[in-house]
Amino acid sequence: MTADDNADLHQSSPEPSRLLPILNQPATRRTALKAAGAALGLAAFGKAVSPLWSIPENVSVDEFLQQHYKELSDTDKQKVFARLESETQQKLGVEITISDPPPIPGVRYGYAINLSKCNGNGACMEACNKENNHHRGVQQSYIRVLELPKGTMDMEAGNTTYDHTVPQDDKYYMPVQCQQCDNPPCVTVCPVEATWKEEDGIVVVDYNWCIGCRYCEAACPYHARRFNWEEPEIPSDEINPDQGYLSNRVRPQGTMEKCHFCLHRTREGRLPACLEACPTGARVFGDLNDPESNINWVLQNKRVFVLKEELGTQPSFFYFFDS
Amino acid sequence: MSTASDHYPTLDDAAHPIRSYPKFLWWCLGQATNGGLLFYLWMFVLTAIALVGANAWSVQVAEGMIVTNMTDHVSWGLYIANFTFMVGVAAGGVMMVIPAYLYHDKKMHDVVVIGEMLAIAAILMCLLFVLVDLGRPERFWHLIPGIGRFNWPMSMLTWDVIVLNGYLLLNLHICGYLLYMQFLGRRPNQAWYLPFVWVSIFWAISIHTVTAFLYCGLGGRPFWNTALLAPRFLASAFVAGPAFILILFSCIHRAAGVKIDDGPKRLLINIIRVTALVNLLMVISEVFTEFYTGGGHTASARYLFLGLHGHNALVPWIWTAVAFDVLSTGLFLSPLVFRYSKVLIAACAMAFVGAWIEKGMGLIVPGFIPSTLHEIVEYTPSLTEWKVSAGIWAVGLMTLTILLKMWITVFSTRPSLSHESPASDQPA
Repeated sequence: MTADDNADLHQSSPEPSRLLPILNQPATRRTALKAAGAALGLAAFGKAVSPLWSIPENVSVDEFLQQHYKELSDTDKQKVFARLESETQQKLGVEITISDPPPIPGVRYGYAINLSKCNGNGACMEACNKENNHHRGVQQSYIRVLELPKGTMDMEAGNTTYDHTVPQDDKYYMPVQCQQCDNPPCVTVCPVEATWKEEDGIVVVDYNWCIGCRYCEAACPYHARRFNWEEPEIPSDEINPDQGYLSNRVRPQGTMEKCHFCLHRTREGRLPACLEACPTGARVFGDLNDPESNINWVLQNKRVFVLKEELGTQPSFFYFFDS
Repeated sequence: MSTASDHYPTLDDAAHPIRSYPKFLWWCLGQATNGGLLFYLWMFVLTAIALVGANAWSVQVAEGMIVTNMTDHVSWGLYIANFTFMVGVAAGGVMMVIPAYLYHDKKMHDVVVIGEMLAIAAILMCLLFVLVDLGRPERFWHLIPGIGRFNWPMSMLTWDVIVLNGYLLLNLHICGYLLYMQFLGRRPNQAWYLPFVWVSIFWAISIHTVTAFLYCGLGGRPFWNTALLAPRFLASAFVAGPAFILILFSCIHRAAGVKIDDGPKRLLINIIRVTALVNLLMVISEVFTEFYTGGGHTASARYLFLGLHGHNALVPWIWTAVAFDVLSTGLFLSPLVFRYSKVLIAACAMAFVGAWIEKGMGLIVPGFIPSTLHEIVEYTPSLTEWKVSAGIWAVGLMTLTILLKMWITVFSTRPSLSHESPASDQPA
């Protein structure tokens, strides 16, 4: 087939109507029925997908076209933050501020838990839920507290849904949350780089870039990732207005989220909400690079271990017992 | 280059209206909407199912994935199970391509396009199953290299995007080109399709290997973290793909009156005889390793086959699959499959369903049970998930029907086949 043939065709084609076999067929009964069938089918399709028409209301053009966090300039970011603030104002009637504290140069965060002190009271989970504007419908939190029988590290013997007074004499308690791995499998598998590790060791998610494939959830060995199966619902008066873009702002439906060591607090020198809430003082947080920090004292003076060390994820989250 | 064919002067006339590829495709599509009552009924039913699926998916997008029964514990379910299985069906078509092109099996050459068309429909289904599994489908553009941010080569999912779309394009090109040449009565120019065929053979293997790597690369999921996963995928794919094609042959024969030669059928049965045995051997190897050694990492396998701490939702499924696998392998190995077409169809159906369970729910769900913190949360697909999945199957079957009708139309317009084979038993 050459261009000449084509040109020839257009000029000398005896029956151009035959080029469109569906539209220009002779008007037989069959053609009429086909046309009617096609029209009916299209109408039915339009009706079938009508629930999708709610999307343009929820997703603005700006949000649809928004670039990856790392590609936003400072002015872009200000626009995005302003948009998110006004959307929250409209939707929930709450005035919030969205901040974006950068990692502090030279700081690398670590967390440790004293398993001899933790008594499984769950105050950390509750504080996490409130601080991070979690969906209230489910008792969502970034922390799960495992109740384990004394004498074993076998998680299969554990239970996270215990409902009795704590502590039980024959049990000990192990809170698990994001381990902020040095070699995080969730970052490796994300197909769109919606999650990455920041310089201070915190693995974050751009909630406006995540496509919701949940591959990171499959890859994480610590069950640290959560998916927003529906639009989070929080009573307006319970919303924490102090929000970070990469941390505790109200997450959109259909995207992943995770523990971020409360970076909107910790990068400003405060402590994570779960640590402040812990009544037993089992939690130790700080800068691994600072020799004077509490966390370094623990690492140097206690026999610490990490979970699932054999997987090579290299957590920055440590456990120890008083001995 | 064009072969002289004096039977159909209108087509060979340079002034014939259908002289360009797009026009040919358009004409084919028009022809593919013609048929008897049975055809219209079939398409009507499929359209209805597809619409139900479209509606269920729209509700899911609007209200969130909460309408599925997936949880943070079992975060992939029926959609990804079907996706994994359909990748196998798509790869299975290569078992016709290899004999046709590698061993110059002429009879297979005449029908190889059927396998490639099945691959097109199956890949389309795969892409749809991934799309409906996304929490934010409107952000799919983040996955497009250049516009989005493509985590290549680190993420196995980006590899999968590449190999699946590549395989789709390869097969679209090969099928379209061969049909068009057939229609024009020309012998296909080897330079235009043979290199693509060679690539597609390796590519078919790669789509299933990469899909297996998607799972077996995850250290935190011991059930998937096995080197045997990719070979097992391939073995069951080369059972399920040819089994479906054999069923398809029978359907084409019954519904369209097109008789497929016995040669390709025999070859496909012989291929299944080998691959079904290899598949069983690998299942046994894995079950042995899991259960003889014991220990914590076998919890998922115990959950799948025996139930764990009183939870046993998948046990009936997997034993059905095992029974189907063993029975169909026995039937395929017996001479009955050559003698009685009903036995053959039954064996194919069992092999297909067996692989669907084993590579679908039997592979994906136990990967999540128990969870990485060893909690047991069970999963049964919701009605929404069944509706959406049925809808995608309907779209796949519609696509396959239309493609096959295009093939039949072209071959009945131009019964003298290319590749110098007279094939007197081709449709008239």
